Formats: sequence, C-alpha cells, structure tokens
Amino acid sequence: MVESILFTFSLGAVCGLILSFASKIFYVYEDPRIARVENLLAGANCGGCGFAGCSAAAEAIVNEDAPANACILIGTENISEIAIIMGSEAGTAEPLKSYNNCNGGNRATDRFIYNGLNTCRAVTSFYGGKRDCTIGCLGFGDCVRACGFDALHLGPDGYPEVDREKCVGCGACEAACPKSILEVRTVSQRLLHLNAYDDALAPCAQTCPAEIDIPRYIGHIRNGEYEAAVNTIRERNPLLLACGRVCPHPCESYCRRGVEDEPVSINQLKRFVADYEMNSGKRFPIECAPDTGNRVAVIGGGPAGLSCAYFLRRIGHRPEIFEAMPKLGGMLRYGIPEYRLPKKVLDWEIEGIINLGINAHTNVRLGVDFDFGSLIASGFDAVFFSVGAWNDYNLGIPGEDLTGCFTGIDFLAKIGNNENVRIGQRVAVIGGGNTAIDCCRTLLRKGVDKVYLVYRRTRKEMPANEVEIIASEHEGIDFVFLAAPNKVVGDEKNQVTGLEYLKMELGEPDASGRRRPIPVEGSETVLDVDMIITAIGQSPLLAFRGKGDRLDELEITRWKTIEVEPATCQTNVPYIFAAGDAATGPSLVVTAIGGGRKAARSIDLFLNGKPVVSHPEFLLNKHIPGTIFESVEGIVPKKRTEMPELPVEARINNLSEVDLVITEADALYEANRCLNCCRLCYNADQ
Amino acid sequence: MGYFELIIACIFVNNILLAQFLGNCPFLGTSKKMETAVGMGMAVIFVLVLAGTITWVIYTFILVKFGLVYLRTIAFIVVIASLVQFVEMFLKKSIPALYAGLGIFLPLITTNCAVMGVCVLNIDKEFTFLQALVASFFYAVGFALALILFAGLRERILLARVPKPLQDTSIALITAGMISLAFFAFQGMV
Repeated sequence: MVESILFTFSLGAVCGLILSFASKIFYVYEDPRIARVENLLAGANCGGCGFAGCSAAAEAIVNEDAPANACILIGTENISEIAIIMGSEAGTAEPLKSYNNCNGGNRATDRFIYNGLNTCRAVTSFYGGKRDCTIGCLGFGDCVRACGFDALHLGPDGYPEVDREKCVGCGACEAACPKSILEVRTVSQRLLHLNAYDDALAPCAQTCPAEIDIPRYIGHIRNGEYEAAVNTIRERNPLLLACGRVCPHPCESYCRRGVEDEPVSINQLKRFVADYEMNSGKRFPIECAPDTGNRVAVIGGGPAGLSCAYFLRRIGHRPEIFEAMPKLGGMLRYGIPEYRLPKKVLDWEIEGIINLGINAHTNVRLGVDFDFGSLIASGFDAVFFSVGAWNDYNLGIPGEDLTGCFTGIDFLAKIGNNENVRIGQRVAVIGGGNTAIDCCRTLLRKGVDKVYLVYRRTRKEMPANEVEIIASEHEGIDFVFLAAPNKVVGDEKNQVTGLEYLKMELGEPDASGRRRPIPVEGSETVLDVDMIITAIGQSPLLAFRGKGDRLDELEITRWKTIEVEPATCQTNVPYIFAAGDAATGPSLVVTAIGGGRKAARSIDLFLNGKPVVSHPEFLLNKHIPGTIFESVEGIVPKKRTEMPELPVEARINNLSEVDLVITEADALYEANRCLNCCRLCYNADQ
Repeated sequence: MGYFELIIACIFVNNILLAQFLGNCPFLGTSKKMETAVGMGMAVIFVLVLAGTITWVIYTFILVKFGLVYLRTIAFIVVIASLVQFVEMFLKKSIPALYAGLGIFLPLITTNCAVMGVCVLNIDKEFTFLQALVASFFYAVGFALALILFAGLRERILLARVPKPLQDTSIALITAGMISLAFFAFQGMV
C-alpha cells in the first residue's frame, strides 16, 4: 500500500521534474500573442481555416499569414478581440469573400454522358470532367455541400451563386471545388490579380490591355445595375470616363459577335456607365483596404501614374504623386484635345481618384525642383516612374528652327495649358499618328484656313485610329500622302513660307510589315504654308538622369525608354518601377493604365518583402489557345449602335466635345447584343 | 521464435489495427486523406518505438524489482504521456522540420490505445529488450500499412455511389471490417 502510493507519487514527481526541466532546456521563443489568440479560437481543430489545427491557425494569425477572422466558427466578438491583440482595430482586417468565376454552367457543351456519382470530385476523375471546357463549372454542387453558412446555391444556369451577405470567406467551397470556379479572395487580392492562362476569360477580356472583365460589366448594364458595372470597371481601370472617350478599344476587334456581325460597342457602354455616374451627381463609393503605412513616390501624374497611385491606395499603401505640369492628367490633359476629352470631365475623374487620400504635388519636376536622393531620404519605400513620352522627335531637315515650326506634343500641351500660340493661316502637320490628327483637328477649331496632313505612306498605313481619320476627313483636312519633307522654306525674316517635300512610292515591306516608301528622284514640290507642326513620334524625357544618383544606373533601351521586366514593371534598380509611355514608348492610354496596375502589384510584393515575380501563368495580353473562333454559330445580325456625334458645322469652330454618349435605351440594346462569352461558350441568339 | 517470424507476426498476423482492433479512433479519424494517413503512420512509428522500449525498461527494472507489477497500467499511462510531451518539446527545439511534419499528430498519440496496447503486449509476451524494440517498430509499421491502405480505399470510396445512410463513417466501418476479414487469412501462419 505504502509502496504503491510512494511509487505513484515519485513517478509523477520524476515525470513532472523531467518535463519542467525539458521545457526550460527546449524552450523555443513563441510570441505570447499566439497563446492569447489560440484561447479565442474555437478549439475544435476542425481545419475550416485551412491550417492544421487551432494552434497552427493562431500562429498563422500572429505571423500575419492569416486574417483575424480566419477561424470560421467564432463570432465577431472574438474576431475583434483577436484584432485588438494583433494591434489593429477591430474590423480593419479585409474581409474574404467567395467569387464565382464561371458563368457558363449548363451552357457549356458536354463531351460525354455521365451516369456516375453526382459529385464534382467524382466526375473530375473521368478525363477531367464531362464539360468541353477544361476549367468550367461541373455543376454538381460540391461547393454548396461544403458551405457551412448556407451562402452558396446552385443557380438555374448550372453554376453556383454566392450570397455575399452570408459568405464568411472560410474557403471551404474553394477547397471542395476540383476546378477553380470559386475563389475566396480579399478585394486587394482581386484588384491585383493578373489575367492567367487558366482563367475564365472571354476574348475581349483577354485582349484588353487593362484586363477589364468586360462581359461582367456588360452583364451588369443588361440588368440595369449601373453602379455594379462602374465598380467592375474600377477593379481594373480608374479612368473610365477618359477611356470611354479616347480608347481605340482593341477589345472590339476580338469580339465574338464581330466574327459574324458587327462587334459589340464595348467602349460606348463603358462611356455610358461612366457618364451615368458623373451625371448622377454623386460618386459611387470606392472600397480601400486598411492603411499599411508604406509610402510610394509616383513620378508623373499621367494615366499610368494615376492608375498606379489609385491601385496602391486601394490596397492600403500611401502613394504620393509628383507632377511636373500645373495639373494632373499627363497626356490625357495636355496631349488629348478638349473636343475629344473635355477638361471638366477629366478634372471630375481625377478628383475622384485624389479623394481616396492620395497626396499630389504639381509643378514639381524631378531633377529640377527635387532630386531623387531627397525622395529616398524622406522615407519613400519604392518609386514608380510614369514620366510619359514628352520628347518630340525632330525631322532632321534644314530650316526646322524657323519661326512657325512646332512639334506635336509641345503644341498640344501649349494649347491644353491655354498658352498663347501664334497660329498661321495655312498649316502643314507632318506625321500619320494620333498626335498628328489631334494637331490637325485642334488647328481647324482655331480657325485655320487650310490644314494639310503630310504623311510619307498612304492612308492604309496610317497608325492613327480609324475613327479619328474618318472624323478628320469629315472636317475637311487635306491629306498629302506619299510625301517626305525635304526642307522648310523661309523668308528673310526667318518666317516659314513653305514646306518642300519629295514624292514617294511604296516599295517592299519592311520589318514592321508596312511597305517602305522610296523617294522619287526630282519630284520636289513646295507646299505653301506659314506654319509647320512635326508630329512623327515621341520618346521619354530622361533629363532627370546624370545627377550622380541611382537613377544613372537605370537601364535605358535603344528607344530611349526605361528598361523594365514586362510582366512586373520592375527596373534593374529593385525599388524603382516604371510603366506607361516612359517604359513602352508612345502607346494607348489603356495600356498605361494596365501598366500602372501591374506595377502596383509588383510594388505591393516588394513592400511585403516577397519576390517580385509575375503570375506563373500570366497571359500578358496574349490569347488563350482555342478561344479565338474562326466562325461563330447561332448569330442573328443586329445593328450596332452608332456613335452619336455633333454635326460637323456645329463642332468645327469650337472645342465642344464631338462624340456624344448613347442613350440608356441604346445602352440596354447594345448590352443585349453581348453574347456574354467565356472561354468556349457563349449565349447564342435565339 | 526467430526475428523474421516476429516481424511477420507483428505486421500481418497480429496487425494491431485489423487483427487486434486497437487504435480504431485514428484509424477512422485520420484516414480520409492519404497525406494525413502517411503523417499519422510516421508519427506512430516514431512514438511506438520510443514508448515500447522505455516502458519495457521501466517495467523490467523498476516495477518488477520493487514488486509493483500491479501498477503497470497507471505507470505506463503516465510514462507514455510524459514521453510524448517530452519528444514534442525536443523536436520543436532540435528538429523543427520533423516537428512541422509530425506536427499535430504527436499529441493525438498521447492517449492512443494502440501505443498502450503494444507496450502491454511486449510485457505479456515476455519479450527480451531487443525483441520488444523490433516488435514495437513492426507493430507500428503494421499500423501505418493498414492506415495507408485504408486511406487509399477511402479516397476511392468518395467517388463511388454509396447509399446516403451508409455514407462516410458507416461505409468506412464496413470497409474496415472487410479488410479485417482479409487479414484474418494470415492467422496461423506463424
């Protein structure tokens, strides 16, 4: 009896002693917050959070690998206590929500008849599922059964629909889905997602340089949900008013309806909802993630800079814009004339972006008013360059310095800035791009008698947008094709009196696939003009280099643009990123906006100490193989909504906006022309 | 009995899960996914070898010596529980990679009857130290084998048409019974 009591006690004592010594010797420092957080978790070890048990989840929360609301079983009270432990205010953790990526469902065709068990998991084991589409929803509702919160239901079209109110973002549906139809993401994660090869993307959405989810916003318009449409566009493009007016809509060239019929007028629909918001008199609220306190300097407040600053702000960072010109907007303001994008509209749009809490300094030029060293010294963690391409190319012909000679961007910027420019009566604009057309049409509105557009190839080779060329034809611009300027003729007062050019003929195609113009001997002709504008292309102004700081290390391409990794927008200096015309050379507004977002994603990775790499399956505006069709069945041609525009006589002598917005009825009609495509399936006309 | 026979007996004939029906809780609980089953199998091998030998030492050199054999069960419980705790702390400090791998399975084994059962069997069969070591290891191997086989089956069962009332644990128990019948064929081999 005594021995047994003694033995039991001593065994306990020995074990206790050994363990207490062991805990001293083998002590591993553990954040005391882990234990406190663990006490607040459910303790059920259910794995709903995606971690191996509650202690692992607590550790992940403290290491900030999981949000305060990672545990799916605890109530808001515990979540807020965890948030307090984590040193942040309750409710600031960005909520996770489930999103459905497939809108094909039963619309997609089946490859075989399946009579097996009615679960997605089972059918996936047979050749990856019965659907033709390799990524589409299988429709057996494994996700619905996995959801513990009654937030998912299989809709009538054979794909799950998420009830946003009930969804807690636990991730059970994502784990249960053998495809990747349901994705549980925070708003920030969605904002920074890059189009990938395995995404559910319609041809238009694959083409858009800003990666806008086009079918989704058109779907919202169809349902009359204009605010939702605006928000969908804003997930990818903060400058929808500007883009709705000036975008040459590369998306429409890949519209599936366009294969058999005229493409859907995607851009006019964008403009319609954008104008709807502006005319509604209030701004739709824009969600921003909690503040992270990271500061990023954005050099240049053009479309790329505004886009990057906007996305950085929305994911919680603190961007600050430094702009050399008196107002923000870059080429949108100083390169695009009033009649295409009214300044009032641009001001309203930029105000909305700045109001998110972005600090903007104007009239400050890098290398003149501030230098790079002081920027880094004042605590910016990363720098984004979007300085644009403001340096006009010269022709390199004699007489280019005579009075009356201008360069394209310089001229447009002066007009945009309301500076006094001495304008002649007969003007020759040299070049075939959008800048040249913009100069011509602006001059017409300034009351010039005669405007010639001098281009060395033919109309077919002109890089300007087709709609712009047509509009300028309507307005009475004189095209002088196959003409290469040879010399500027001046009088004794150094005033331009004419432009001598050589006639050309087209020869063999060159590297760009366009036929190379060859001069015709002895064909010199003089055009009688008193003003000449050269608009033959631009490159970035890189005058901020050469000051002996790290900017001198920046690699520059042979086109005088900043060398970047195309998928990440990172330069060879790790904390410097660049996008927009400064990195791509003169390009579209929408490309600059897309670049700004890509850069924001990379900057976010960089600020979080993660490797700055692109998405492994990043599409980079290529097309997913097999999604571009040669012919599309089941299309009944329906007339495309015409762009309403001011009549020529009403617009030619003033700067009022030429292109007008379509009516609500037209927008609904046009939205119904959309086939709501995905990768392979679409809604055929009845 | 030679070591070869001992090994065959431990893995197949007297399989701890399918012939002795010990440790059925983790057998059903951790066999839903292959990954989990492998983790649990490894953790059991690790703990059983340690527990089997240490309890043998304690029994032979302490309990027998002081005539306290009747305290075997309570002594083993305390020893195994402390041992697992100790090993967990040791691994966390010294071999974090292994700790991360075995992770949550270690504490699960603290109160596992398969572990307790093997320790008791080692004593009942009057094994020598070396025999106890070999037997503990191969009992655990048998445990891991049965668990991994079963996990593979359960992953397949998910894709089969199972009538609603029999889904999940019910069909798992039926399957376990049938594997057990199959293992019954090993009876009398050694």
